[in-house]
Amino acid sequence: MGSVRQQPFRAAVLVLVWGWLLFLVFTPNLLVVGASVMTRDPGSFISLPLNLDAYRQLLNPLYLDVFLHSLYMAAMTTLICLLIGYPFAWALSKVPKQRQVLLIFLLIVPFWTNSLVRTYALKLLLATNGLLNNALMSLGLIEEPLKMLYTEGAVIVGLVYLLLPFMILPLYAVFDDLREDYLRASHDLGAGRLSTFIHVIVPLTLPGVLAGVMLVLLPAMGLFFVPDILGGSRNLLVGNVIKNQFLDTRNWPFGAAASIVLTLAMAFLMFAHRLSKRRIGEDGV
Amino acid sequence: MNRWLPRTYLTLVYLLLYVPIVVLVVFSFNESRTGYEWGGLSLRWYEALFNNRAMVQAMWNSLWLALSAATVSTLIGALTALALHRYRFRGKKVLNGMLFIVMMSPEIVLAISLLALFLLVGLQLGYVSLLLAHVTFCLPFVVITVMARLSGFDERLPEAARDLGATDFTMTRTVLIPVIMPALLAGWLLGFTLSLDDVVVSTFVSGPSYEILPLRIYSMVRVGLKPEVNALGTLLLVFSLVMLILSQWILLRSKR
Repeated sequence: MGSVRQQPFRAAVLVLVWGWLLFLVFTPNLLVVGASVMTRDPGSFISLPLNLDAYRQLLNPLYLDVFLHSLYMAAMTTLICLLIGYPFAWALSKVPKQRQVLLIFLLIVPFWTNSLVRTYALKLLLATNGLLNNALMSLGLIEEPLKMLYTEGAVIVGLVYLLLPFMILPLYAVFDDLREDYLRASHDLGAGRLSTFIHVIVPLTLPGVLAGVMLVLLPAMGLFFVPDILGGSRNLLVGNVIKNQFLDTRNWPFGAAASIVLTLAMAFLMFAHRLSKRRIGEDGV
Repeated sequence: MNRWLPRTYLTLVYLLLYVPIVVLVVFSFNESRTGYEWGGLSLRWYEALFNNRAMVQAMWNSLWLALSAATVSTLIGALTALALHRYRFRGKKVLNGMLFIVMMSPEIVLAISLLALFLLVGLQLGYVSLLLAHVTFCLPFVVITVMARLSGFDERLPEAARDLGATDFTMTRTVLIPVIMPALLAGWLLGFTLSLDDVVVSTFVSGPSYEILPLRIYSMVRVGLKPEVNALGTLLLVFSLVMLILSQWILLRSKR
């Protein structure tokens, strides 16, 4: 490694990269932490003195209800994604390799397409005079159109629809690494199917489960446009609260505090993920 | 295990994923205004779309933003990947960590932190703030794509170039860039698509001076059903699909 003078190119690259990340990642995050302990100010958004009022406000029953409801919807979303995604990833890993490529391609197409447009497509289906109601009525299954739009269920359906691929991909990765010999060894040692599943498959796929949970649970609390389009005013996410505080109510300290809680939740999940990976060994066995 | 059970299950989930998209595409050609009955084939919603001047302006704005954000993030992302791959320097882990955090953290957290920064330094919200924000969230994806390509790279090539007297810059230009070219293209396409589709971050860092497409769609779909959105959604869908196929094709071809 040479000095700055010998390697101007290296120095330039490092300065550019560090500069960008310090200015647009590190400083902004520091600002949010700072804003969360300051006082709300109608003129300049935030002002001194420092205090923890914003965090105390998080515990206000009014907001606590919203947060718990958001957490509940996110948890249901994650659970449904896991229940659909786990067997799906398993089945996918058993498909002949050649066809897997195409199937995975079909899975990442949604990741590349506009999530707003896809949420709107769901609205087309779920509306009171929408296709699903019409289909059910013409089949004679229901007499009156069901109210599906603007409910808690619609928000959960929307979140599952948008986030399912993010659960499936990490699960597929662990199932793809799962070696047949372990399953055979477990069988040879006298374990039944259920026992093999609980003692071999579940622990070995746990990192994938946690990675999937991480990729679904947090966005499921932040994607504010889903309740805006499908949920009406009663089914808000933490993301809606943060957005309102920053763009409408202009209570920055409170919005910042809420966002820090989200970040801490992320840190916790990342920690759990690392721990689970270490438990089964670094080499991914 | 039974063979058809997993297959049926896979098919069923794929159906669930694609039915809404197919419905959207089919109804974009619907003559009728309502979202539930078929009034015959028509292109009237596409016509309405292109006759709307504000809409066309938002399309151009979005395209230009995505183009510039993808280009800048590919440039910086490629240099970052090269630095992470080739150089040993202090704080390498911190740099890696920061990129990882940008990728993993909920978009809304990134969005408000950038809004706070832009207002603090007095940057007017518009094209520049959107560009800075979009480049930032595209960056980790480009870095990962390029790093993946570099990890399978023969380390003796740059050494040979160095031994033959090439400077770091010359070696990068003549040896490394050609090798990572497919990854650069794939990263660029990914960045372009991410930028074109972003709603969450853009909601916070855009201003009235520069209206972009996703935000326009957002304001349209919040209330009721708008048939123009079907047409616009279909166009965006086809566009993203072409980009995705292109990027996969580039990556697959380069592996051979």
